[in-house]
Amino acid sequence: MKKSQLFFLLILASVLVFLPQISSEYVLDWLTKTMIFAIFALSLELLVGQTGLVCFGQSAFFGIGAYTAVLFSAKVDHTYLGYLLPLAIFAAALYALIVGALSLRTKGVYFIMVTLAFAQMAYYVIHDTPLGGGTDGIYLYHKPIIFRDLVLEGSIFIYFFTTICLFLVLGFLGLLSSSRFGRALIGIKINELRMRAMGFETYWYKLVAFVISGAIAGIAGFLFAMKDGFVNPEILSWHLSGAVLMMIILGGLGHLRGAVIGAFTYALLEELFRSEIIFGSFSKNWHLGLGLTLILSVALLPKGLFGIRDQLQKSLPLYLANFKKLPKTKL
Amino acid sequence: MDFFTLLIQVLNAVQYGLLLFLVAAGLTLIFGMMGIINLAHGSFYMIGAYLSFGLAPIVAQTIGGGFLVTLVVGLIFAIFLGYLLEWLFYSYLYERDHLQQVLMTYGLILVFEEIRSLLLGDDVHSVAIPAWLSASVQLGDIMTYPIYRLFISGICLLLAAAMLIVLTKTRLGMMIRAGSVNREMTQSLGVNIQFLYRLVFASGVAIAAFAGMIAAPVTSVYPGMGQSILIICFVVVVIGGIGSIRGALIASLLIGFVDTFSKVLLPNVAGVLVYVLMATILLWKPSGLFKAGS
Amino acid sequence: MNQILLRGKNLSRQWGGLLAVNQVNIEIFLGKIHAVIGTNGAGKSTLINLLAGEVPLSGGSVELLEQDVSLWSEPRRARLGLGKSFQKNTIFPDLSVFENCRLAAQARHQRPWKFWETINSCTYSRTQAQKVLLKTGLHVLSEKKAGLLSHGQKRQLEVAMCLATNPKVLLLDEPLAGMGAEETNRMLNFLNELRPEHGILLVEHDMDAVFQVADMITVMVNGAVIACGTPPEIKNNKDVQIAYLGVAS
Repeated sequence: MKKSQLFFLLILASVLVFLPQISSEYVLDWLTKTMIFAIFALSLELLVGQTGLVCFGQSAFFGIGAYTAVLFSAKVDHTYLGYLLPLAIFAAALYALIVGALSLRTKGVYFIMVTLAFAQMAYYVIHDTPLGGGTDGIYLYHKPIIFRDLVLEGSIFIYFFTTICLFLVLGFLGLLSSSRFGRALIGIKINELRMRAMGFETYWYKLVAFVISGAIAGIAGFLFAMKDGFVNPEILSWHLSGAVLMMIILGGLGHLRGAVIGAFTYALLEELFRSEIIFGSFSKNWHLGLGLTLILSVALLPKGLFGIRDQLQKSLPLYLANFKKLPKTKL
Repeated sequence: MDFFTLLIQVLNAVQYGLLLFLVAAGLTLIFGMMGIINLAHGSFYMIGAYLSFGLAPIVAQTIGGGFLVTLVVGLIFAIFLGYLLEWLFYSYLYERDHLQQVLMTYGLILVFEEIRSLLLGDDVHSVAIPAWLSASVQLGDIMTYPIYRLFISGICLLLAAAMLIVLTKTRLGMMIRAGSVNREMTQSLGVNIQFLYRLVFASGVAIAAFAGMIAAPVTSVYPGMGQSILIICFVVVVIGGIGSIRGALIASLLIGFVDTFSKVLLPNVAGVLVYVLMATILLWKPSGLFKAGS
Repeated sequence: MNQILLRGKNLSRQWGGLLAVNQVNIEIFLGKIHAVIGTNGAGKSTLINLLAGEVPLSGGSVELLEQDVSLWSEPRRARLGLGKSFQKNTIFPDLSVFENCRLAAQARHQRPWKFWETINSCTYSRTQAQKVLLKTGLHVLSEKKAGLLSHGQKRQLEVAMCLATNPKVLLLDEPLAGMGAEETNRMLNFLNELRPEHGILLVEHDMDAVFQVADMITVMVNGAVIACGTPPEIKNNKDVQIAYLGVAS
């Protein structure tokens, strides 16, 4: 592991372990939510940043993870975590397998549109059919037991459980990206045709990446259901898919740290734009600030916050010249 | 189902399909020609609908016109808006990769939605059908069918025909189709690409907005309308093939029928069926039914 | 007689109404360099793509190492022992020269499920990459980012990556493109060194280079073969002279 990565992990760990001591209930809840976002963003980073697959339907796997957790939790008794969590992951991964197998047959822009459409399909299934309990959503009556009497409830416990999950996911994805599989994904992102000519069956690599990504999103969804004890169809909405894409762009593509930074940045921006103290009655329209930030950050900081150092090193004229790219006449 | 109920559903399906085609045609042309995936396209539909709602009283007061005048004013406004947007925003998106385009146009959706919210609020509004179109036609003994829906279908067909004529029979259309198949070649042939892009883009916006305007009395005007039609348009483009007008037409009608009939026959799964259709077609033809430029 | 490593029989490729490749027959022998030359748009690159499997056949068959691979995907053919280098530079610019070759070598020893092993412990791909870089003389640039190499060095890396997959047959699409005299000579010497253990198909425009190094030459015009023979035969061939010069000498 590079020194900078180790440094980042240590800082993150110390911050996350230390903060609960001094935080209010609200901040604790905010931090848990943000960590869940971070896991969610990491799942998408694997697809977009590492493999080059722009998926606009990640919310489907998140939502399926969450809904599975709630639907399969017994109403009168506690369910075992060892049964519920793998089940949620499996359900999300299964849908990812189906969506991936079909969408990966398409290329480029089609892929983006198709993943979006499949996420909408999941949304409608949950929203319209009795399977998902309809627009009102469903409640989680009993949080799961880890073993014997230890129940996964209470904001502090859930906070630390989420922190552990975040680090486990980071560790796994870190290993993955420096493994043969991860390097092959990078090659596929840069030039898939080349990889095929060398002997890599790229479809399968992409499919596996898609399923892993869906599974991790499912973990994030599971944690979300645990945190709030409540799920509704809106967590499958494509706006959530858009939000998580925004997170990884803000943070910087191609780096796992970027996904985490992006998630925290997004959460902070949301707090900022929603704040009535600063924006008064406009706080209701906080999507405006978010939309403008997104447009500006993609236009001005395409490499995200992580790439700020690289961007600053380029000279200003070169930067401005790249800003407006007219349709070129290539000879 | 008796004959007249069937006829009504068929007419509804055709109307919905044609409306969808108007919006999808712009989307597929803009992508096929300029390589821009525009998530905000649905917002133009929404803008059209809200225009029809917001402009009607203004037009009535200032010029004293009715429905048709509002349509014309709205259309002019939409063309102007399209031109402005291309100049200020979309021209920065050429040559950028898809992810950046997706994100920037997604940001634009958020901006449009909030501006609409600030200017016109978040309520659902109904728009009145103009008096001279509010009659119904008698079908058989019991059923009637609103003339306005026939009007929608009629106008959409006219526009579709006009589009097809321009694209296949005029020089301009030829340039557009050429640009849709091979952008660089068309540029190097000396065609004023910038003007062409702006024109195509403004037309796409105008047509989508127009669709919103005429649909408003039937669908009413509500905040999420842009997004729901956008995603269905994506399905149309995936099924029909990017850059293909013919594909967009056939796919739109196909979806119109599947959607309308499934709502009647299988209401529980109606929302999902369209996507199942898409999945099935993808299994068979991953690039859509038709190629670009057709 | 030398072993036939790759054989294309009656290869055809149709694009709508255009016959890009028309009933082409070609054989690549072990230890021989077979050059394909022709005017622009003659279908040479399409021929390579048909043999490699990137483009599906409209007609004909491909035999690789005595197996019928006509319906095999490109990766599968590559794993059997077919290497291809591209006309455009397809090296991975953000990765180091070493990593470019290592990733190519990994194609032969993929083991993707071993996610806990970092690439630093992949002995096969690392040693293979070192071997290839040494052979091509690029080992001095191992740690350099591939995007920063000179054009000639990039073309060399392109061929090195092709070699790293340990192929028996090499399909080289204009490897000398854009190279100066010295670099061209180096590449030609290199091809000579490769000759004994491989079968090489070389598509090229540089006539001097082709006549220097090829054992057999196939000439294509408008998708069809108009002549096939040894360099002296081709030089004296009337059809070839007409195609290139417009007049027979």
